[in-house]
Amino acid sequence: MTPFSFEWLWNTEYTIFFGLLYVALGIIGCGMTFVIIKTALQVFGFMRERHFH
Amino acid sequence: MEKEHGRGKHYKYGMVIDLDKCTGCGTCMTACAAENNVSVRSDESDKERSITWMQLYKITNGKEFPETEVSYFPRPCMHCDEDGRGGHHPSCVSVCVATATKLDHYTGIVSQVYTRCIGCRYCQAACPYHARYFNWWDGYFPKGKGLDRYLTPEVSPRMRGVVEKCSFCHHRLMRAKNQAYAEGRREIEEDEYITACTEACPVQAITFGDLNNPEHKVSQLSKSRNAFRLLEHLNTKPKVFYLSTKDWVRKLADNYLPDQFKSINKTTG
Amino acid sequence: MDSPLLPEGAKRCSPTVFFFWTLPWLALLAWGGLSAFLCLYKALNQTNMSNVFAFALWIVFDLGVIALGAGAFFTGFLTYIIGRKELKDIINAAVIIGFICYTGALAMLGIDIGQPLRGWFIFWHANIHSMLVEVSFCITCYAMVLAIEFLPIILENRELDKIKELRLLGHNMHEIMAVFAATGTFLSFFHQGSLGGMFGVMYGRPFAARGGFYIWPWTFFLFILSAIAAGPCFTILCTKLTEFISRKKLVPEQAIQSLAKIAAWLLSLYMILKIADTLGWLYGVVPDAGQKFMDFYREGPYGVWLLVVEIIICGIIPAIILMIPKVRQQQGWLIFACLLNCTGIIFNRFVFIIVTLAIPVMPFDRFWGYLPTWQEWGVALAVIGYGVLLFSAAYRYLPVFPKERELNAVAE
Repeated sequence: MTPFSFEWLWNTEYTIFFGLLYVALGIIGCGMTFVIIKTALQVFGFMRERHFH
Repeated sequence: MEKEHGRGKHYKYGMVIDLDKCTGCGTCMTACAAENNVSVRSDESDKERSITWMQLYKITNGKEFPETEVSYFPRPCMHCDEDGRGGHHPSCVSVCVATATKLDHYTGIVSQVYTRCIGCRYCQAACPYHARYFNWWDGYFPKGKGLDRYLTPEVSPRMRGVVEKCSFCHHRLMRAKNQAYAEGRREIEEDEYITACTEACPVQAITFGDLNNPEHKVSQLSKSRNAFRLLEHLNTKPKVFYLSTKDWVRKLADNYLPDQFKSINKTTG
Repeated sequence: MDSPLLPEGAKRCSPTVFFFWTLPWLALLAWGGLSAFLCLYKALNQTNMSNVFAFALWIVFDLGVIALGAGAFFTGFLTYIIGRKELKDIINAAVIIGFICYTGALAMLGIDIGQPLRGWFIFWHANIHSMLVEVSFCITCYAMVLAIEFLPIILENRELDKIKELRLLGHNMHEIMAVFAATGTFLSFFHQGSLGGMFGVMYGRPFAARGGFYIWPWTFFLFILSAIAAGPCFTILCTKLTEFISRKKLVPEQAIQSLAKIAAWLLSLYMILKIADTLGWLYGVVPDAGQKFMDFYREGPYGVWLLVVEIIICGIIPAIILMIPKVRQQQGWLIFACLLNCTGIIFNRFVFIIVTLAIPVMPFDRFWGYLPTWQEWGVALAVIGYGVLLFSAAYRYLPVFPKERELNAVAE
């Protein structure tokens, strides 16, 4: 009940629902992490930047 | 939500209200409000926003003076059961976003957790009986007029911005259970747990008890020929039954297609 | 004064004119701010909502702007996933409109719930059977996606673009935008549907209740379809309005026509399914509830005209106009049809929210009316003020329309 106890129920519907939510959040999180790391590598010269336009 | 089925004995607390006995005096409403610490306002005329867990609806047969008949529908929360269409929950329970309202499968009571309700009011929209009330104002119990002195200590008052509704005086069930436990009994007696409205009704129109227990009066009455429920077509499976021998009263309890209504009396229409 | 910030080679009005342009919208925001403060401080008694009208103007606005904001996810889907290249000229505008609609709706929801501080309970004590939980989850996640889609556009600002780190970040985000667009499509798809599902599952309210497939009532699918049919039209309307106010051509006609054509097909499909759904409701849900068709259309002002307006005037007519290439190529007709389409979707949401609640279910219950207070209007209109301000600022300082220079080169 407290913000520190994580409520989790072991049933199918719950797993599917939260599974999809965490997949979506995971994709968003991983995507942003990937972009930030890539940018950092390019800024510090470990990776060559591609030119646009 | 799902895992509570199975173990333990299942009760199904319910109510039967005899409309032929009901005089519309409103004692049930008053007793309910007092018992359950329902907040008041200095002006209660705004009926769209006042809180009445038990509400009296006046109905008439719509006929001219000599034939006019009046009756009343006292309407607590119906404590709907699982919907019977393969769904699992009462209409308000399945929609609640924060699991603040729940159908207890042991007692059949639909609870409301005030401290968990976020006040989205989706349950109010889903309930066809208008049994749910929102706290539009901060709770208020005028001091110096005595109202603050008879607050029930076992019932938590509600904060603004949450939904509340009839709990079948759940605290009375807790009290009766504690009493039984102290006396070394496993079961509570029929008359040990009744709601405040049942107790207050001067004509004893309200009967309360376990619908699953064939020895309880409420369970026998609910199987009576005169018993019916509100809006049965919607499959909400209410645990509040009404009794009436009058066809016009029974007909007003639900929507009927032409010729769909079946009279229980052969003579009157 | 702010000329170094303006997009390269774009002509913009003077800062003074821009300042005066923002004033009325700032006034709307101030009105909304005051209303929001009153609602949060004094509780929701500041509104005219009641135990009968548990949902009211705000929810209509919420569902309306979210449906209109569907242009963002659908245009993103068409651009990045399907690969319609011509839509790249309008995708930025669609994303910004989507961002405005979703953040506006979220802000409004924050005021609408009785205990805003407990908003996180939706996520913590989630009842996964509730359609509204699905809606909240998806809207919150999708608002993040929209922010991510909006960020590279902000980083293209002339001054920000000079900073190497930010420019690289923007470029890198652009590169994997398809991933975000796909996630956004998934999220948006489900919450547009769940918004419809919210009403279809209310089996205690026969006016809104619907049968359905598995856990999803038919309204789930109808709301998705109507949102993706009206969303692109709203994007067209916003671009046309910007073109009209700035007196410039901003988006190639090809992109507009492409969106209009897709909207036409979707709207036609939606109308067919909506009529089928209405008939299914009429011969299924209504008699099951022991009621007749006219029982739902005789209370207060809500007559059969609701259906006529929703299906014929704001549905079939714009579908026909948009379907015929020669007609939709004429600006007047195009705008007229888009307006009707957008009005239709808002009207549809209004019917599902307000009319559902207004029609009593118990035979002895009475009909209640509802009119919003100035506080409710304030909060609702503030979303429009916020939208216009944000869109104007984006248009002024960011290269929202990639083809702007090209299209206006001859005129200069």
